Amino acid sequence: MTRRRAEAPPGAPTQTLDIERKSVTPPSPEEDGFSLSPAEAAGADDGQALTDAPAGRTRTASGGKRSPHPAPDAAAVSTMSSTTPRPHSETPTSPRRPSRSSTSPEKPLSPGGGRRGFADRVPVRVRRAALPYLLILPAVLLELLVHLVPMLIGIGMSFLKLTQFFLRNWSAAPFAGLDNYTVAVDFDSAVGRSLLHSFLVTVVFTVLTVGLAWLLGICGAVLMQGSFRGRAVLRALFLVPYALPVYAGVITWSFLLQRDSGLVNHVLVDQLHLFGERPFWLIGSNSFWSIIVVCVWRSWPFAFLVLMAGLQNIPGDLYEAAAIDGAGWGRRLRAVTLPMLRPVNQVLVLVLFLWTFNDFNTPYVLFGKSAPHEADLISIHIYQSSFVTWNFGSGSAMSVLLLLFLLVVTAVYLVATSRRRSDA
Amino acid sequence: MRDPRWLPWARWAGLGLLGLFTLTPLYVMLTSAIKPLQDVQGDFDWIPTTITLRPFADMWRTVPLARYFANSLIVSSVAALVSVLIAIFAAYAISRFRFPGRRIFSVTVLSTQMFPGILFLLPLFMIYVNLGTALGVELYASRTGLIITYLTFSLPFSIWMLAGYFDSIPTALDEAAQVDGSGPIGALLRVVLPAATPGIVAVAIYAFMTAWGEVLFASVMTDESSRTLAVGLQGYATENDVYWNQIMAASLVVSVPVVAGFLLLQRYLVQGLTAGAVK
Repeated sequence: MTRRRAEAPPGAPTQTLDIERKSVTPPSPEEDGFSLSPAEAAGADDGQALTDAPAGRTRTASGGKRSPHPAPDAAAVSTMSSTTPRPHSETPTSPRRPSRSSTSPEKPLSPGGGRRGFADRVPVRVRRAALPYLLILPAVLLELLVHLVPMLIGIGMSFLKLTQFFLRNWSAAPFAGLDNYTVAVDFDSAVGRSLLHSFLVTVVFTVLTVGLAWLLGICGAVLMQGSFRGRAVLRALFLVPYALPVYAGVITWSFLLQRDSGLVNHVLVDQLHLFGERPFWLIGSNSFWSIIVVCVWRSWPFAFLVLMAGLQNIPGDLYEAAAIDGAGWGRRLRAVTLPMLRPVNQVLVLVLFLWTFNDFNTPYVLFGKSAPHEADLISIHIYQSSFVTWNFGSGSAMSVLLLLFLLVVTAVYLVATSRRRSDA
Repeated sequence: MRDPRWLPWARWAGLGLLGLFTLTPLYVMLTSAIKPLQDVQGDFDWIPTTITLRPFADMWRTVPLARYFANSLIVSSVAALVSVLIAIFAAYAISRFRFPGRRIFSVTVLSTQMFPGILFLLPLFMIYVNLGTALGVELYASRTGLIITYLTFSLPFSIWMLAGYFDSIPTALDEAAQVDGSGPIGALLRVVLPAATPGIVAVAIYAFMTAWGEVLFASVMTDESSRTLAVGLQGYATENDVYWNQIMAASLVVSVPVVAGFLLLQRYLVQGLTAGAVK
């Protein structure tokens, strides 16, 4: 407490300092006069708080608390002084001088609370209970504004017939009930059929991408174990695709995959002669493999990074014990490394799955606004249904379905992997 | 414990293949950025025949790259800074206090990571437009709106990582500080923050990278004056020509800040990741 007082800035004097100052230097007659500078008004306000309730600890405390913000009180005092030219002759202020002399410096100090501000007066228990909520408040507000409220609105929008005609005044859009949903899951309709196609493409794409990214990540991490020359450099280089902004990396890939001027066809056709004719990689059925390669290229360094961190946490004595038992390199990998990585894998695979399934950036930069049919990933598909055809209600319904799917998969995944962990 | 004899060979073969896969695009980016336009439009060449630095000069004129760059820089720095500040407080609350709602808060915040961005893109767009008219604050198509959006993108992961980091700092340290007369906030500022500097730096870099690389919201929430690099880079593909050499040069230039920062501090990022994951 003493330290806090000593550190208090001069602009925010504590109650004690105020009173001491007043008792030492007798107030000049101008203090209650006609022209009030903010500082004087603050002083007058303090005095008034003291005189109005000389014994009330709360009032003095609130007066002391208010003093750093003198503006409203100053206005109140100045209006009062303009209507009544000599306010200190009026009843409320007339006992000021005697009362001030009666409030000797010791009196407000004596209960031990006089020197404390309002905030300090709240019981410590309450303050400690409120503090964590104050600490998370900014995060909560922002998450509400950007994630939760828009998500709820999005769910609401999925029940509206929200087309471009209602864009300006979307609350006037007619209620559609479950129409958007029934259309989306009616696989006989064009909308439903293309959504199902896009969904299936995304599932296959995600499984392959996550699997390959994890495989490359674990290979890289295991091969990087131990110390050898060039390890640090190699590790840094491997991380570059992950560090690269997604558009820079993916744009480079779209250059590599150009039919006439790209590296891929140069190697495959001109140098290895694997194809008679230059294939297209960014349109047609090949585009599906292109996007997998690009996504794996982008996400395997993340798996590598996480798995390397996980490997570092495996105690070395486990390997030594396994080696003493006669386990070879492959056996140690299967019996020690992989089981010990299971908690890391549980999180890693889930995160990779969610990122890959929701990935918008990679297909958007690689293919532009309209993806080829064979690589029509769900996020691009919904974006197109919303912004190209301007049917936001339908797009929202698809997003909600996507979210529900992800929620179910995540829940099932977590339950399944956790049970396996406790069984093991 | 002896490694098998074939391991060094397998190591170099495996790491070599991974390196080839990882680095080829980077090599192409580097070499194509110094080729003249006709060389990147014709057949691909592994070794550039003519070397020129013209693309690095031309790229600022073909599109207003400097403006995009400034926009990205402002948006990403402010978003990273504010996000880290907010994450520090929230992570401290999660790490040091046991309060009702703590678990709900952490789970909710983390689960926002799995929302498909497309689900709240349009509602957020409408909220920004309406808030703008109601409050007189321009959020849509402004850098402010983009900053607010981006800082929440990195927030969940930052809170999670920092909470793990704070957990690894012994509470005895803050208790000692509190005995010395600091409140909980004083303990945070004087003891926990200095000890957690690496984690905080890692989180700041992560937040910066997130904002620097985001495409979806940038493509909808910006106009010509607030456009960021994520969208601006597509301007090199015009109807007549695709300036591949300038695209590669620009990609290189916009990647340097994040890649350099990331590589310098990846050690801390790994520490933060493990601290968060070990919990």
